[in-house]
Amino acid sequence: MPEEHVEPKDRSAVQSLLRLWPYVKPVRTRLFGAALIAIVASCLGLVIPLVLKWIVDGPVAHQDPGGVWLGALFLLLLGITEAVLFGVRRWMVARPLAGVEASMRADLYRHLQRLPVAFHDRWSSGQLLSRGTTDLMLLRMFLVFPLTFLLVNTTTILVGFVILLIQEWTLGLVLLVPVVPLVIICSVFETKYSVVARRAQDQVGDLTTVVEESVLGIRIIKGFGRHRSQALAFRALSERLRTTELGKARLLAGIWALITTIPELAIGAALVLGTIQVADGGLSAGTLVAFLSTALALRWPVESIGFLLAMSQESATATERFFEVMDVAEEEDTSVSGGAARDEQPEAGGMVFEGVGFRYPDAEEDSVPVLKRIDLRIRPGETMALVGATGSGKTTLTALVPRLHDATSGRITLDGEDITAMPRERLRELVSVAFEEPTLFSASVGENVLMGAGGGGEEELRRALSVAQAEFVHDLPHGIDTQVGEQGLSLSGGQRQRLALARAVVGRPRFLVLDDPLSALDVHTETLVEAALRRVLEETTAIVVAHRPSTVMLADRVALLTEGRISAVGTHQELLRSNAEYAWLMSGAGVTGGGEPAAASPPGPTADDLPGAHAPAEESSTR
Amino acid sequence: MTSTTTGRPTEPGDSEESGSPEAVAVVPAERAGDPFDRDDLPTPRGATRALLVSLLRPLRGRVVVAALFLLIQQAAVQAGPLLVAYAIDSGVPAFRDEDYGPLIAVALGYALCSAGAGAMQYAFIKASARVNQDVLLDLRGRIFRHAQALSVDFHERYTSGRLISRSTTDVESLRELLSEGLQELIGVVLSFVSISLMLLWLDFGTGAVAVLSFVPLYLLVRLYQRRAAVIFASRSTAIAAVIVKFAETMNGIRPVQAFRREPVNDEVFRKLNHEHRRTNGDAMLENARYVVGSRLVANTAVAGIVLWGAYRVASGSLALGVLAAMVLYLRRLYDPIDRLSMFLNSYQSAAASLEKIAGLLAQTPTVPEALEPRELPASVDEHPGREVVFDGVSFSYRTGGEVLPRFDLTVPAGQTVAVVGSTGAGKSTLAKLLARFYDPTEGRVLLDGTDLRDLATPELRRGVVMVTQEAFLFSGTVAENIAIGSPDATRAEIEQAAKAIGAHDFIAGLPDGYDTDVRKRGGRISAGQRQLVAFARALLANPAVLILDEATSSLDIPGERAVQRAMDTVLHGRTAVVIAHRLSTVEIADRVLVMEHGRIVEDGAPAGLIGGTGRFAGLHRAWRESLA
Repeated sequence: MPEEHVEPKDRSAVQSLLRLWPYVKPVRTRLFGAALIAIVASCLGLVIPLVLKWIVDGPVAHQDPGGVWLGALFLLLLGITEAVLFGVRRWMVARPLAGVEASMRADLYRHLQRLPVAFHDRWSSGQLLSRGTTDLMLLRMFLVFPLTFLLVNTTTILVGFVILLIQEWTLGLVLLVPVVPLVIICSVFETKYSVVARRAQDQVGDLTTVVEESVLGIRIIKGFGRHRSQALAFRALSERLRTTELGKARLLAGIWALITTIPELAIGAALVLGTIQVADGGLSAGTLVAFLSTALALRWPVESIGFLLAMSQESATATERFFEVMDVAEEEDTSVSGGAARDEQPEAGGMVFEGVGFRYPDAEEDSVPVLKRIDLRIRPGETMALVGATGSGKTTLTALVPRLHDATSGRITLDGEDITAMPRERLRELVSVAFEEPTLFSASVGENVLMGAGGGGEEELRRALSVAQAEFVHDLPHGIDTQVGEQGLSLSGGQRQRLALARAVVGRPRFLVLDDPLSALDVHTETLVEAALRRVLEETTAIVVAHRPSTVMLADRVALLTEGRISAVGTHQELLRSNAEYAWLMSGAGVTGGGEPAAASPPGPTADDLPGAHAPAEESSTR
Repeated sequence: MTSTTTGRPTEPGDSEESGSPEAVAVVPAERAGDPFDRDDLPTPRGATRALLVSLLRPLRGRVVVAALFLLIQQAAVQAGPLLVAYAIDSGVPAFRDEDYGPLIAVALGYALCSAGAGAMQYAFIKASARVNQDVLLDLRGRIFRHAQALSVDFHERYTSGRLISRSTTDVESLRELLSEGLQELIGVVLSFVSISLMLLWLDFGTGAVAVLSFVPLYLLVRLYQRRAAVIFASRSTAIAAVIVKFAETMNGIRPVQAFRREPVNDEVFRKLNHEHRRTNGDAMLENARYVVGSRLVANTAVAGIVLWGAYRVASGSLALGVLAAMVLYLRRLYDPIDRLSMFLNSYQSAAASLEKIAGLLAQTPTVPEALEPRELPASVDEHPGREVVFDGVSFSYRTGGEVLPRFDLTVPAGQTVAVVGSTGAGKSTLAKLLARFYDPTEGRVLLDGTDLRDLATPELRRGVVMVTQEAFLFSGTVAENIAIGSPDATRAEIEQAAKAIGAHDFIAGLPDGYDTDVRKRGGRISAGQRQLVAFARALLANPAVLILDEATSSLDIPGERAVQRAMDTVLHGRTAVVIAHRLSTVEIADRVLVMEHGRIVEDGAPAGLIGGTGRFAGLHRAWRESLA
């Protein structure tokens, strides 16, 4: 069930996080301005102990009430400034950083929409979704807190140490001792933590996938009463995540404990040494108070380094995961050689497949390709039915025309123009598709249909709906404005199919690809749709995947797809007479020879009759 | 302080804490019409808190232990300034008298406290991580199981994106609260209490002033809480909308690309994303306001206390060491304010999410599991099929609108019934009632005389299995997908089922045969092949009653034949209800029902109906012609 995850590249956390720069750049002034303000505010915090020292050593020692007032007033002023600066910092970054998250998400969405279908076949939407939500939220959090505070706290610590060293350099040096071990510990921690953090995030993605599938497949789960086993599978995954998270916590607990203890021990040592110095008279009590007060003020910045590093590490992983997807190249349009691609024979219009082969990009090198060599010419205005056994590659072939997948060999031309030479945008304008699975989007009926046409009007919509016999939409609660799709009214399979068909024909496309467009319609509706569709098909060049004679009747000619090749082309009647495999597919009627019921065996036995077809060697697989 | 761990739910009573769906039925289902559109399911009063309590209650022992660790840790940390005061006030004079005892005590004490604080920190993080993870495990499981238990009609209205959002981002915000927030809260409360006590002990007057400063702080917290709650709730809704759009696009990427929807989608997404961005900014700004306010109060208080303290030291009524210690404590007292705001942030965000989760968990399944399940009677004389009776059944949607007027129907055991009729005639509703995806509004559906509502799920699914048009494949192997029909099936049984339906050849031809991963919802397996897999599933389940709802629509004719043959052989003697537009299926039926507008208008043997002059005869004629 887990996705195959790309091994994280050997990139350090800093290198990963630096990749965020393009997104941070537009808000850099505010972000760094805010960081600067935070640094100033933090340093003000460090000045407060100095004022205390001044009060203790000065007015208090000299019993000067006026001085005390002055000191307190100064303290108040510092306090107010600090508070206001903190507020300004947050105010400065609030909207811009929310904007960074949003623009990253928008980019991700934009990019994903334009990645090839092959990419989406490989990646579950749960993994993509977890990148678009949890990972990006983490990154925003990172920019708001850890990034700024790593900067602020480091500066605070540095300035703090300078103050400490100036006040009493011997004691200051004592506090500096733990720095070396702490740095080493932190870097060891960072390495270990990054591995676990990545694992946890990936497991969240897997969990999302299970949730999504169990919702989308709810009818099957219910239908077979499998919700308990589904819940068990979910539990196993979430327990795995829990184990990983506990591992993370163990690391975090360790680092945190060390980061608290080691500096505290140094402060203890400084206290003892300081007390001796005060006793010796080498140090004023006020200085010791101020020194320790400063040292203690540095406690939080030092302690926080632990979890700031952890959060940064997680953010680095989130960045990795984000760019893992963003780095996948979008499909380029290779329209540069535009003119040259035109066919030499001007009369070769229509839709032409020349030696088209296709193998899925993730298939093994030596595996049998889905489509071996398709040579087929559909004349302008002609409708060609595509018939073949289940799984023979009909749908795959139709996906090549709008370039949802690219043919791995050979080429497809539309009116003589190579489809790889035209921009996808234009190609998809020329070619309209009705998919086997009629997907409707969360939008109104009208919008769903009209998305097939670049700005079609009311009239077009009405025509398309009538071709698809989808007049039922007028009886919906809000007519064509009724919301459908996931967030709207749920329609029956037949209704959805008719809307998908209307969508395909609404723009009067030059080329039409219909994948079994009438499968879910009842006989009566089917007859009506056929009649209307026939008129549409007269005007376009079309390829129609067909499982049944009634659909085939829409076409002028039929192409039979066998074993990745076109094994026969002809009219329905011709093929019915001359081609045994075709007859078997169309009527299920017994094929000559053999006592075995014909339908039980694969189309193998008939393949010998086909011109140029290789006899498949799968005869042994009877039931 | 903010009430999380301590507050017992005061309203609607203890039954809510059991977390079982039946117990939470506070909101009548009828009122849950519109809220679906707004992603705003009604959450019963107090349900959110009750949910949190019920999650933490089983772990209260561990919570106490973790809090103890933190308490000791805080005690160790708070001892620091006290030791400083002791060192200055007693250590220095003693040292001058060459009495090293107090100083050694300070050294040892400080070392002990530091080490103790570190050790306790470690113990606390580990202990609290276990609590957190157990809570999350519990909550994730509850959402998942509850979503699975809810009826099909709920899922038809609650989009999958929202469910995903509930179990991902909403759970995530609780995770943040637990992993960072709770520690902050306990730490903040403990240090507030301990430091206040310390200050009161050191010097009552000063301590009292410090404690008084809590009043405005508390008011600030309350104000922030109220305002942030609104913002976080709308933020949670906004992100759910983003998720819905995101998921819909990725799942429909083929039509998106083929119809050049990318720019339009970008625009729609931009709006949703913008809304989320706005609420996000609002939340951060609200937080900024709180931080400024609380810092102001804290810093003013520090200045005031120092002024007063210094005055008194100057006038001799307060020891210098005590003032030093008090100033150190004061710094610490207000230090956690920032952290408190982080906690409040995660608390508000988690509260908004929890409320949505509680709203989801408060939904009652409209098709509840049987409370006192009954067994089906043993099959009579070796017949695998069972008798189906619709006894005075009618069905209307809860929002109104009658789909099936009251009717009676008896299907004898072993009979194959074809149901035909135009789209919207109620065929699928009939099937869903028999599969118990819905319960009838009136009347009963009986299986061998037993009401479906009285059957436990496993028993029901041994009895009735439905194969639908949408043949969804789960990620995993082909074999695993078939095994959904019967999880205990052996590989041989799985292959046998596949062979019987004619799916074996294509499966064997896949790269890894039965072990081929179907990837993302069967992207590589054609619709027809998926339907064959769905059939193999049903064969493997070996039910007494099989419902086929348009289950052959994507099959070619040989595939359809294979299905019919399987029904004749493997499923022989089963009761079957077949809904199909293709009348070829009718050929194997013993009986045909023609439905129109929710009513059964014709009922009889196929031959008889074909010979007659009714609707079916007409349909059949049209179909024969289409085959020509």
